[in-house]
Amino acid sequence: MIMDFLITPFSSNAFLLNALLAGMLVSIACGIVGTFVVLRGLAFIGDALAHGVLPGVAIAMLLGLPGMLGAAVGALGMIFGIGFITRRSNLSSDTAIGLLFVGMLALGVAIVSRSHAFSGDLVRILFGEILGIRTSELVIQLVATLVIAALAVVCYRPFLLLCFSPEQAEVSGFSPRRYHAIMLVMIALTVVVSFRTVGTLLVFGMLLAPAASAALFSRKITTMVLTASGIGACSVYLGLLASYHYNIAAGAAITLAASALFFGLLTIKQLLPAPRARHGASQGAAS
Amino acid sequence: MNRIEAPGQPAAVEAVGLCVGYQGETVVADIGFRLAPGKVLALVGSNGSGKTTLLKTVAGLLPAVSGSLEVLGARPLASPGKVSYMGQFHPSSFMLPLRVHDVVRMARFAAHGLFGRMTAEDERAVREAMAVMGVRDLAEAPLNGLSGGQRQRVFLAQAFARDADLILLDEPAANLDATARATYRRCVRELTAAGRSVIVATHDIDEAAECDWTMLLAHRVVAFGPSAEVLTQSALLATFGIVGKYQEGGIVIVEREHGHDDCQGSH
Repeated sequence: MIMDFLITPFSSNAFLLNALLAGMLVSIACGIVGTFVVLRGLAFIGDALAHGVLPGVAIAMLLGLPGMLGAAVGALGMIFGIGFITRRSNLSSDTAIGLLFVGMLALGVAIVSRSHAFSGDLVRILFGEILGIRTSELVIQLVATLVIAALAVVCYRPFLLLCFSPEQAEVSGFSPRRYHAIMLVMIALTVVVSFRTVGTLLVFGMLLAPAASAALFSRKITTMVLTASGIGACSVYLGLLASYHYNIAAGAAITLAASALFFGLLTIKQLLPAPRARHGASQGAAS
Repeated sequence: MNRIEAPGQPAAVEAVGLCVGYQGETVVADIGFRLAPGKVLALVGSNGSGKTTLLKTVAGLLPAVSGSLEVLGARPLASPGKVSYMGQFHPSSFMLPLRVHDVVRMARFAAHGLFGRMTAEDERAVREAMAVMGVRDLAEAPLNGLSGGQRQRVFLAQAFARDADLILLDEPAANLDATARATYRRCVRELTAAGRSVIVATHDIDEAAECDWTMLLAHRVVAFGPSAEVLTQSALLATFGIVGKYQEGGIVIVEREHGHDDCQGSH
Protein backbone atom coordinates (compact mmCIF):
# COMPACT_ATOMS: atom_id res chain seq x y z
CA MET A 1 0.00 0.00 0.00
CA ILE A 2 2.71 2.46 1.05
CA MET A 3 4.95 1.25 -1.81
CA ASP A 4 2.07 1.83 -4.21
CA PHE A 5 1.81 5.36 -2.93
CA LEU A 6 5.55 6.10 -2.96
CA ILE A 7 7.00 4.18 -5.92
CA THR A 8 4.35 2.96 -8.33
CA PRO A 9 3.64 6.41 -9.81
CA PHE A 10 7.22 6.49 -11.10
CA SER A 11 7.52 2.83 -12.11
CA SER A 12 4.29 2.74 -14.05
CA ASN A 13 4.42 6.17 -15.72
CA ALA A 14 7.37 6.85 -18.06
CA PHE A 15 6.60 10.58 -18.17
CA LEU A 16 6.81 10.78 -14.38
CA LEU A 17 10.10 8.88 -14.32
CA ASN A 18 11.47 11.31 -16.92
CA ALA A 19 10.25 14.16 -14.74
CA LEU A 20 11.99 12.63 -11.72
CA LEU A 21 15.28 12.24 -13.63
CA ALA A 22 15.08 15.80 -15.00
CA GLY A 23 14.27 17.11 -11.54
CA MET A 24 17.24 15.26 -10.02
CA LEU A 25 19.57 16.81 -12.60
CA VAL A 26 18.09 20.27 -11.89
CA SER A 27 18.64 19.59 -8.18
CA ILE A 28 22.31 18.79 -8.66
CA ALA A 29 22.90 21.87 -10.85
CA CYS A 30 20.93 24.10 -8.47
CA GLY A 31 22.67 22.56 -5.43
CA ILE A 32 26.09 23.51 -6.81
CA VAL A 33 25.19 26.93 -8.17
CA GLY A 34 22.72 27.77 -5.39
CA THR A 35 25.43 27.26 -2.75
CA PHE A 36 27.50 30.05 -4.26
CA VAL A 37 24.39 32.19 -4.84
CA VAL A 38 23.53 31.95 -1.13
CA LEU A 39 27.10 32.36 0.16
CA ARG A 40 27.90 35.32 -2.06
CA GLY A 41 24.54 37.03 -1.61
CA LEU A 42 23.69 36.77 -5.32
CA ALA A 43 20.03 35.92 -4.74
CA PHE A 44 18.76 39.05 -6.45
CA ILE A 45 20.86 38.50 -9.57
CA GLY A 46 19.73 34.87 -9.61
CA ASP A 47 16.12 36.03 -9.45
CA ALA A 48 16.70 38.60 -12.18
CA LEU A 49 18.37 36.06 -14.47
CA ALA A 50 15.57 33.59 -13.89
CA HIS A 51 12.99 36.16 -14.98
CA GLY A 52 15.10 38.02 -17.51
CA VAL A 53 15.18 35.04 -19.87
CA LEU A 54 11.45 35.46 -20.57
CA PRO A 55 11.70 37.83 -23.58
CA GLY A 56 14.41 35.64 -25.10
CA VAL A 57 12.20 32.58 -24.82
CA ALA A 58 9.19 34.49 -26.18
CA ILE A 59 11.11 35.84 -29.19
CA ALA A 60 12.61 32.41 -29.92
CA MET A 61 9.16 30.84 -29.91
CA LEU A 62 7.85 33.63 -32.13
CA LEU A 63 10.62 32.87 -34.63
CA GLY A 64 10.17 29.12 -34.33
CA LEU A 65 13.55 28.64 -32.66
CA PRO A 66 14.25 26.46 -29.60
CA GLY A 67 13.15 28.21 -26.40
CA MET A 68 16.41 27.23 -24.71
CA LEU A 69 18.39 29.23 -27.30
CA GLY A 70 16.25 32.29 -26.60
CA ALA A 71 16.70 31.79 -22.87
CA ALA A 72 20.49 31.67 -23.32
CA VAL A 73 20.51 34.91 -25.31
CA GLY A 74 18.21 36.56 -22.72
CA ALA A 75 20.47 35.48 -19.83
CA LEU A 76 23.63 36.71 -21.55
CA GLY A 77 21.86 40.00 -22.31
CA MET A 78 21.04 40.36 -18.63
CA ILE A 79 24.65 39.69 -17.54
CA PHE A 80 26.10 42.21 -20.01
CA GLY A 81 23.34 44.72 -19.24
CA ILE A 82 24.00 44.62 -15.49
CA GLY A 83 27.74 45.04 -16.08
CA PHE A 84 27.16 47.92 -18.51
CA ILE A 85 24.81 49.90 -16.23
CA THR A 86 27.05 49.35 -13.19
CA ARG A 87 30.16 50.51 -15.06
CA ARG A 88 28.61 53.46 -16.89
CA SER A 89 26.60 54.96 -14.04
CA ASN A 90 27.01 55.58 -10.36
CA LEU A 91 24.12 53.24 -9.66
CA SER A 92 24.66 50.21 -7.46
CA SER A 93 24.47 46.77 -9.07
CA ASP A 94 21.22 46.19 -7.13
CA THR A 95 19.56 49.06 -8.98
CA ALA A 96 20.99 47.88 -12.32
CA ILE A 97 19.71 44.37 -11.67
CA GLY A 98 16.28 45.67 -10.62
CA LEU A 99 15.93 47.89 -13.68
CA LEU A 100 16.81 45.11 -16.10
CA PHE A 101 14.76 42.59 -14.16
CA VAL A 102 11.45 44.48 -14.43
CA GLY A 103 12.26 45.74 -17.94
CA MET A 104 12.98 42.27 -19.31
CA LEU A 105 10.01 40.70 -17.52
CA ALA A 106 7.66 43.38 -18.87
CA LEU A 107 9.13 42.99 -22.38
CA GLY A 108 8.57 39.24 -22.21
CA VAL A 109 4.96 39.60 -21.11
CA ALA A 110 4.39 42.30 -23.77
CA ILE A 111 5.72 40.04 -26.54
CA VAL A 112 3.68 37.09 -25.37
CA SER A 113 0.51 39.21 -25.05
CA ARG A 114 0.91 40.50 -28.65
CA SER A 115 1.06 37.01 -30.06
CA HIS A 116 -2.21 35.19 -29.46
CA ALA A 117 -0.67 32.10 -31.04
CA PHE A 118 1.25 31.22 -27.92
CA SER A 119 -0.10 33.33 -25.11
CA GLY A 120 -1.05 30.07 -23.40
CA ASP A 121 2.64 29.18 -23.37
CA LEU A 122 3.33 31.96 -20.86
CA VAL A 123 2.22 29.72 -18.02
CA ARG A 124 4.47 26.94 -19.31
CA ILE A 125 7.46 29.32 -19.56
CA LEU A 126 6.91 30.67 -16.08
CA PHE A 127 6.05 27.40 -14.34
CA GLY A 128 7.74 24.80 -16.54
CA GLU A 129 6.46 21.58 -18.00
CA ILE A 130 8.26 18.91 -16.09
CA LEU A 131 5.69 16.27 -16.94
CA GLY A 132 6.33 16.78 -20.65
CA ILE A 133 10.13 16.37 -20.59
CA ARG A 134 11.54 14.50 -23.58
CA THR A 135 14.61 12.27 -23.57
CA SER A 136 16.54 14.74 -25.72
CA GLU A 137 15.90 17.43 -23.10
CA LEU A 138 17.12 15.05 -20.42
CA VAL A 139 20.38 14.66 -22.33
CA ILE A 140 20.81 18.46 -22.57
CA GLN A 141 20.11 18.77 -18.84
CA LEU A 142 22.65 16.02 -18.12
CA VAL A 143 25.35 17.71 -20.22
CA ALA A 144 24.66 21.10 -18.59
CA THR A 145 24.81 19.57 -15.12
CA LEU A 146 28.14 17.91 -15.94
CA VAL A 147 29.53 21.22 -17.29
CA ILE A 148 28.40 23.04 -14.11
CA ALA A 149 29.93 20.35 -11.89
CA ALA A 150 33.20 20.45 -13.87
CA LEU A 151 33.37 24.26 -13.62
CA ALA A 152 32.75 24.08 -9.87
CA VAL A 153 35.57 21.55 -9.43
CA VAL A 154 38.03 23.50 -11.60
CA CYS A 155 37.17 26.86 -10.01
CA TYR A 156 36.81 25.54 -6.45
CA ARG A 157 39.78 27.48 -5.03
CA PRO A 158 38.93 30.89 -6.54
CA PHE A 159 35.24 30.42 -5.71
CA LEU A 160 36.12 29.63 -2.10
CA LEU A 161 38.36 32.70 -1.89
CA LEU A 162 35.72 34.85 -3.61
CA CYS A 163 33.13 33.78 -1.01
CA PHE A 164 35.59 34.51 1.79
CA SER A 165 36.88 37.84 0.47
CA PRO A 166 37.28 39.14 -3.11
CA GLU A 167 40.46 40.91 -1.90
CA GLN A 168 41.96 37.61 -0.79
CA ALA A 169 41.09 36.12 -4.20
CA GLU A 170 42.87 39.01 -5.92
CA VAL A 171 46.04 38.86 -3.80
CA SER A 172 46.11 35.10 -4.30
CA GLY A 173 46.34 35.58 -8.06
CA PHE A 174 42.70 34.80 -8.95
CA SER A 175 40.90 37.69 -10.69
CA PRO A 176 37.63 38.33 -8.79
CA ARG A 177 36.04 39.80 -11.94
CA ARG A 178 36.83 36.74 -14.03
CA TYR A 179 35.55 34.23 -11.48
CA HIS A 180 32.49 36.34 -10.67
CA ALA A 181 31.69 36.28 -14.40
CA ILE A 182 32.14 32.49 -14.50
CA MET A 183 29.78 32.23 -11.54
CA LEU A 184 27.16 34.34 -13.36
CA VAL A 185 27.49 32.15 -16.46
CA MET A 186 26.91 29.09 -14.25
CA ILE A 187 23.74 30.68 -12.82
CA ALA A 188 22.59 31.56 -16.35
CA LEU A 189 23.28 28.03 -17.61
CA THR A 190 21.33 26.53 -14.71
CA VAL A 191 18.38 28.85 -15.36
CA VAL A 192 18.43 28.25 -19.11
CA VAL A 193 18.42 24.46 -18.98
CA SER A 194 16.04 24.31 -16.03
CA PHE A 195 13.31 26.55 -17.38
CA ARG A 196 11.61 23.68 -19.23
CA THR A 197 11.59 21.62 -16.04
CA VAL A 198 10.47 23.98 -13.30
CA GLY A 199 9.96 27.20 -15.26
CA THR A 200 11.65 30.57 -15.08
CA LEU A 201 9.61 31.64 -12.06
CA LEU A 202 10.27 28.54 -9.98
CA VAL A 203 13.87 27.74 -10.88
CA PHE A 204 14.85 30.56 -8.56
CA GLY A 205 13.19 28.68 -5.70
CA MET A 206 15.25 25.60 -6.53
CA LEU A 207 18.42 27.72 -6.63
CA LEU A 208 17.75 29.27 -3.26
CA ALA A 209 15.69 27.02 -0.97
CA PRO A 210 17.82 23.81 -0.95
CA ALA A 211 21.08 25.79 -0.60
CA ALA A 212 19.59 27.92 2.20
CA SER A 213 18.43 24.73 3.96
CA ALA A 214 21.90 23.21 3.60
CA ALA A 215 23.53 26.39 4.96
CA LEU A 216 21.67 25.88 8.24
CA PHE A 217 23.66 22.76 9.10
CA SER A 218 26.81 22.68 6.92
CA ARG A 219 30.29 23.33 8.25
CA LYS A 220 32.05 22.93 4.90
CA ILE A 221 31.19 24.26 1.46
CA THR A 222 31.54 20.81 -0.16
CA THR A 223 29.11 19.42 2.43
CA MET A 224 26.76 22.30 1.68
CA VAL A 225 26.80 21.52 -2.07
CA LEU A 226 26.06 17.82 -1.48
CA THR A 227 23.36 18.56 1.12
CA ALA A 228 21.71 21.18 -1.11
CA SER A 229 21.62 18.73 -4.02
CA GLY A 230 20.13 16.05 -1.74
CA ILE A 231 17.49 18.40 -0.35
CA GLY A 232 16.67 19.51 -3.91
CA ALA A 233 16.28 15.89 -5.00
CA CYS A 234 13.96 15.20 -2.01
CA SER A 235 11.91 18.27 -2.98
CA VAL A 236 11.56 17.01 -6.55
CA TYR A 237 10.45 13.56 -5.36
CA LEU A 238 7.99 14.92 -2.80
CA GLY A 239 6.68 17.55 -5.22
CA LEU A 240 6.07 15.05 -8.02
CA LEU A 241 4.40 12.66 -5.60
CA ALA A 242 2.09 15.41 -4.35
CA SER A 243 1.41 16.47 -7.92
CA TYR A 244 0.47 12.92 -8.94
CA HIS A 245 -1.70 12.07 -5.96
CA TYR A 246 -3.35 15.45 -5.31
CA ASN A 247 -3.45 16.89 -8.83
CA ILE A 248 -1.23 19.92 -8.07
CA ALA A 249 0.87 21.71 -10.71
CA ALA A 250 4.18 19.80 -10.65
CA GLY A 251 6.64 22.75 -10.85
CA ALA A 252 4.83 24.59 -8.07
CA ALA A 253 4.61 21.45 -5.92
CA ILE A 254 8.39 20.91 -6.21
CA THR A 255 9.24 24.49 -5.25
CA LEU A 256 6.68 24.39 -2.46
CA ALA A 257 8.30 21.22 -1.12
CA ALA A 258 11.74 22.89 -1.25
CA SER A 259 10.43 25.93 0.66
CA ALA A 260 8.58 23.73 3.20
CA LEU A 261 11.76 21.72 3.80
CA PHE A 262 13.65 24.95 4.48
CA PHE A 263 11.13 26.15 7.07
CA GLY A 264 10.95 22.66 8.61
CA LEU A 265 14.74 22.43 8.93
CA LEU A 266 14.91 25.98 10.28
CA THR A 267 12.40 25.04 12.98
CA ILE A 268 14.42 21.93 13.85
CA LYS A 269 17.58 24.04 14.09
CA GLN A 270 15.85 26.46 16.43
CA LEU A 271 14.86 23.57 18.69
CA LEU A 272 18.38 22.13 18.78
CA PRO A 273 20.96 23.59 21.18
CA ALA A 274 23.25 25.97 19.29
CA PRO A 275 26.83 24.66 19.08
CA ARG A 276 29.36 27.33 19.95
CA ALA A 277 33.09 26.93 19.40
CA ARG A 278 34.43 29.10 22.15
CA HIS A 279 36.83 26.53 23.56
CA GLY A 280 40.43 27.60 23.45
CA ALA A 281 39.37 31.23 23.53
CA SER A 282 42.04 32.24 25.94
CA GLN A 283 44.68 29.91 24.59
CA GLY A 284 47.97 31.66 23.97
CA ALA A 285 50.71 30.92 21.53
CA ALA A 286 51.84 27.34 21.22
CA SER A 287 55.31 28.00 19.94
CA MET B 1 63.63 59.78 -1.15
CA ASN B 2 63.62 58.29 2.32
CA ARG B 3 65.49 55.02 2.51
CA ILE B 4 64.89 52.31 5.09
CA GLU B 5 68.09 50.51 4.25
CA ALA B 6 71.31 51.02 2.40
CA PRO B 7 70.82 51.40 -1.36
CA GLY B 8 72.79 48.25 -2.20
CA GLN B 9 70.29 45.86 -0.59
CA PRO B 10 67.48 44.39 -2.71
CA ALA B 11 64.23 46.11 -1.74
CA ALA B 12 61.03 44.38 -0.64
CA VAL B 13 59.10 47.52 -1.61
CA GLU B 14 60.36 50.59 -3.44
CA ALA B 15 58.14 53.62 -4.08
CA VAL B 16 59.22 56.76 -5.94
CA GLY B 17 56.91 59.77 -6.25
CA LEU B 18 53.98 57.49 -5.57
CA CYS B 19 50.46 58.93 -5.44
CA VAL B 20 47.77 56.62 -4.07
CA GLY B 21 44.01 57.04 -4.16
CA TYR B 22 40.70 55.80 -5.48
CA GLN B 23 39.46 56.07 -9.07
CA GLY B 24 42.16 58.55 -10.03
CA GLU B 25 41.55 60.83 -7.02
CA THR B 26 44.70 61.23 -4.97
CA VAL B 27 44.49 60.50 -1.24
CA VAL B 28 48.21 60.71 -0.45
CA ALA B 29 50.76 62.17 -2.87
CA ASP B 30 54.52 61.99 -3.28
CA ILE B 31 55.30 58.92 -1.22
CA GLY B 32 58.87 57.71 -1.50
CA PHE B 33 60.49 54.92 0.48
CA ARG B 34 62.52 51.77 0.14
CA LEU B 35 61.83 48.88 2.51
CA ALA B 36 64.57 46.28 2.85
CA PRO B 37 64.05 42.62 3.78
CA GLY B 38 63.78 41.94 7.50
CA LYS B 39 62.32 45.34 8.40
CA VAL B 40 58.93 46.46 9.71
CA LEU B 41 57.28 49.66 8.57
CA ALA B 42 54.30 51.07 10.47
CA LEU B 43 51.79 53.26 8.63
CA VAL B 44 50.19 55.42 11.30
CA GLY B 45 47.31 57.82 10.97
CA SER B 46 43.72 58.48 11.93
CA ASN B 47 40.70 57.11 10.04
CA GLY B 48 40.76 58.16 6.40
CA SER B 49 44.37 59.32 6.53
CA GLY B 50 45.41 57.09 3.63
CA LYS B 51 47.19 54.21 5.37
CA THR B 52 44.79 51.52 4.11
CA THR B 53 44.89 53.08 0.62
CA LEU B 54 48.69 52.85 0.59
CA LEU B 55 48.64 49.30 1.93
CA LYS B 56 46.10 48.21 -0.72
CA THR B 57 48.18 49.84 -3.43
CA VAL B 58 51.27 47.90 -2.33
CA ALA B 59 49.12 44.72 -2.26
CA GLY B 60 48.00 45.45 -5.85
CA LEU B 61 44.33 45.85 -4.90
CA LEU B 62 44.34 49.49 -6.04
CA PRO B 63 46.25 50.92 -9.00
CA ALA B 64 48.74 53.69 -8.22
CA VAL B 65 47.41 57.09 -9.31
CA SER B 66 50.93 58.02 -10.45
CA GLY B 67 54.57 57.39 -9.64
CA SER B 68 56.42 54.12 -9.52
CA LEU B 69 56.02 51.19 -7.16
CA GLU B 70 57.97 47.95 -7.14
CA VAL B 71 57.08 45.04 -4.89
CA LEU B 72 59.75 42.33 -4.61
CA GLY B 73 61.40 43.77 -7.70
CA ALA B 74 58.31 43.69 -9.92
CA ARG B 75 54.90 45.30 -10.29
CA PRO B 76 52.42 44.68 -7.45
CA LEU B 77 50.56 41.34 -7.71
CA ALA B 78 53.32 39.87 -9.90
CA SER B 79 54.15 37.23 -7.27
CA PRO B 80 50.94 36.33 -5.40
CA GLY B 81 52.62 33.48 -3.53
CA LYS B 82 55.26 35.79 -2.06
CA VAL B 83 53.02 38.55 -0.72
CA SER B 84 50.49 38.08 2.04
CA TYR B 85 47.72 40.58 2.82
CA MET B 86 45.29 40.77 5.71
CA GLY B 87 42.54 43.32 5.17
CA GLN B 88 40.43 45.02 7.80
CA PHE B 89 37.01 43.61 7.01
CA HIS B 90 35.77 40.13 6.33
CA PRO B 91 32.03 40.84 6.40
CA SER B 92 31.03 37.69 4.53
CA SER B 93 32.99 35.40 6.78
CA PHE B 94 30.32 35.56 9.47
CA MET B 95 28.01 33.16 7.64
CA LEU B 96 30.37 31.02 5.61
CA PRO B 97 30.39 27.30 6.35
CA LEU B 98 34.14 27.17 6.82
CA ARG B 99 36.27 25.60 9.50
CA VAL B 100 39.29 27.40 10.90
CA HIS B 101 41.60 24.94 9.14
CA ASP B 102 39.90 25.67 5.78
CA VAL B 103 40.41 29.43 6.22
CA VAL B 104 44.11 29.15 7.08
CA ARG B 105 44.64 26.59 4.28
CA MET B 106 43.39 29.12 1.70
CA ALA B 107 46.67 30.98 2.22
CA ARG B 108 48.46 28.23 0.30
CA PHE B 109 46.24 28.43 -2.84
CA ALA B 110 48.32 31.30 -4.24
CA ALA B 111 51.33 29.05 -4.68
CA HIS B 112 49.40 26.33 -6.53
CA GLY B 113 46.87 28.07 -8.77
CA LEU B 114 43.82 26.11 -9.94
CA PHE B 115 45.29 22.64 -10.23
CA GLY B 116 48.52 22.36 -8.19
CA ARG B 117 48.35 19.72 -5.48
CA MET B 118 48.72 20.75 -1.85
CA THR B 119 51.85 19.20 -0.41
CA ALA B 120 53.00 18.05 3.01
CA GLU B 121 54.94 21.31 3.21
CA ASP B 122 51.66 23.24 2.76
CA GLU B 123 50.01 21.29 5.56
CA ARG B 124 53.04 21.90 7.80
CA ALA B 125 52.89 25.66 7.15
CA VAL B 126 49.15 25.69 7.93
CA ARG B 127 49.61 23.73 11.17
CA GLU B 128 52.50 25.93 12.28
CA ALA B 129 50.64 29.17 11.59
CA MET B 130 47.62 27.93 13.55
CA ALA B 131 49.86 26.85 16.42
CA VAL B 132 51.73 30.16 16.48
CA MET B 133 48.51 32.17 16.69
CA GLY B 134 47.03 29.77 19.26
CA VAL B 135 44.14 28.52 17.12
CA ARG B 136 45.30 24.95 16.46
CA ASP B 137 42.79 23.61 18.98
CA LEU B 138 40.08 25.38 17.00
CA ALA B 139 41.11 23.80 13.67
CA GLU B 140 37.81 21.92 13.25
CA ALA B 141 35.65 24.71 14.71
CA PRO B 142 33.31 26.62 12.38
CA LEU B 143 34.50 30.16 11.69
CA ASN B 144 31.01 31.55 12.25
CA GLY B 145 31.04 30.26 15.84
CA LEU B 146 34.15 32.18 16.88
CA SER B 147 34.42 35.43 18.79
CA GLY B 148 35.81 38.55 17.09
CA GLY B 149 39.21 38.10 18.73
CA GLN B 150 39.40 34.43 17.78
CA ARG B 151 38.51 35.28 14.19
CA GLN B 152 41.24 37.92 14.09
CA ARG B 153 43.78 35.32 15.24
CA VAL B 154 42.57 32.98 12.49
CA PHE B 155 43.00 35.74 9.87
CA LEU B 156 46.51 36.44 11.20
CA ALA B 157 47.32 32.72 11.01
CA GLN B 158 46.12 32.83 7.40
CA ALA B 159 48.43 35.76 6.68
CA PHE B 160 51.41 33.97 8.25
CA ALA B 161 50.66 30.58 6.64
CA ARG B 162 51.54 31.83 3.17
CA ASP B 163 55.22 31.92 4.15
CA ALA B 164 55.44 35.19 2.21
CA ASP B 165 58.46 37.44 1.78
CA LEU B 166 56.29 40.53 2.30
CA ILE B 167 53.41 40.60 4.77
CA LEU B 168 50.89 43.45 4.68
CA LEU B 169 48.63 43.78 7.71
CA ASP B 170 45.77 46.26 8.14
CA GLU B 171 44.92 46.88 11.81
CA PRO B 172 46.15 43.42 12.82
CA ALA B 173 45.81 44.01 16.56
CA ALA B 174 42.13 44.99 16.37
CA ASN B 175 39.98 42.78 18.66
CA LEU B 176 43.03 41.03 20.09
CA ASP B 177 43.41 40.63 23.84
CA ALA B 178 46.74 41.41 25.53
CA THR B 179 48.02 37.83 25.22
CA ALA B 180 47.13 37.49 21.56
CA ARG B 181 48.59 40.93 20.87
CA ALA B 182 51.90 39.91 22.46
CA THR B 183 51.84 36.67 20.43
CA TYR B 184 51.25 38.57 17.20
CA ARG B 185 54.08 41.00 17.94
CA ARG B 186 56.45 38.14 18.71
CA CYS B 187 55.46 36.50 15.39
CA VAL B 188 56.33 39.68 13.53
CA ARG B 189 59.72 39.82 15.27
CA GLU B 190 60.41 36.18 14.34
CA LEU B 191 59.38 36.76 10.74
CA THR B 192 61.62 39.79 10.36
CA ALA B 193 64.49 37.91 12.01
CA ALA B 194 64.01 35.35 9.21
CA GLY B 195 64.35 38.12 6.62
CA ARG B 196 60.66 38.76 5.91
CA SER B 197 59.42 42.33 5.53
CA VAL B 198 56.22 43.57 7.15
CA ILE B 199 54.09 46.68 6.62
CA VAL B 200 51.49 47.33 9.31
CA ALA B 201 48.71 49.93 9.14
CA THR B 202 47.79 50.87 12.68
CA HIS B 203 46.34 53.49 15.01
CA ASP B 204 48.42 52.12 17.83
CA ILE B 205 51.41 54.33 18.69
CA ASP B 206 52.84 51.65 20.98
CA GLU B 207 52.79 49.17 18.12
CA ALA B 208 54.45 51.68 15.79
CA ALA B 209 57.14 52.36 18.40
CA GLU B 210 58.16 48.68 18.18
CA CYS B 211 58.54 48.85 14.39
CA ASP B 212 61.82 49.75 12.70
CA TRP B 213 60.28 52.58 10.71
CA THR B 214 57.16 54.68 10.89
CA MET B 215 55.32 56.74 8.28
CA LEU B 216 52.81 59.20 9.74
CA LEU B 217 49.95 59.90 7.33
CA ALA B 218 47.26 62.58 7.30
CA HIS B 219 46.35 62.78 3.59
CA ARG B 220 50.06 63.49 3.15
CA VAL B 221 53.27 62.08 4.52
CA VAL B 222 53.60 64.03 7.76
CA ALA B 223 56.79 62.35 8.88
CA PHE B 224 58.83 59.35 7.96
CA GLY B 225 61.89 57.71 9.46
CA PRO B 226 63.07 55.50 12.31
CA SER B 227 60.15 55.10 14.73
CA ALA B 228 62.00 56.61 17.70
CA GLU B 229 62.72 59.77 15.67
CA VAL B 230 59.34 60.09 13.97
CA LEU B 231 56.99 59.57 16.90
CA THR B 232 57.45 63.05 18.30
CA GLN B 233 54.84 65.26 19.88
CA SER B 234 54.81 67.72 16.98
CA ALA B 235 54.52 65.00 14.34
CA LEU B 236 51.70 63.27 16.24
CA LEU B 237 49.97 66.63 16.59
CA ALA B 238 50.08 67.08 12.83
CA THR B 239 48.85 63.51 12.28
CA PHE B 240 46.07 63.16 14.82
CA GLY B 241 45.29 66.76 15.80
CA ILE B 242 46.08 66.12 19.44
CA VAL B 243 48.65 67.39 21.83
CA GLY B 244 50.21 64.65 23.85
CA LYS B 245 53.30 63.47 25.56
CA TYR B 246 55.31 60.68 24.10
CA GLN B 247 57.60 59.25 26.69
CA GLU B 248 59.03 55.90 27.65
CA GLY B 249 57.26 54.11 24.82
CA GLY B 250 53.79 55.48 25.66
CA ILE B 251 51.66 58.34 24.40
CA VAL B 252 49.50 60.34 26.79
CA ILE B 253 46.79 62.53 25.28
CA VAL B 254 46.61 65.84 27.11
CA GLU B 255 44.20 67.95 25.04
CA ARG B 256 42.82 68.34 21.55
CA GLU B 257 44.38 71.13 19.52
CA HIS B 258 42.65 73.06 16.75
CA GLY B 259 44.35 74.16 13.56
CA HIS B 260 46.84 71.37 13.76
CA ASP B 261 47.62 71.53 10.04
CA ASP B 262 49.94 74.42 10.76
CA CYS B 263 52.36 72.05 12.37
CA GLN B 264 54.79 70.33 9.99
CA GLY B 265 56.25 66.95 10.74
CA SER B 266 59.86 66.02 10.24
CA HIS B 267 59.38 64.69 6.73
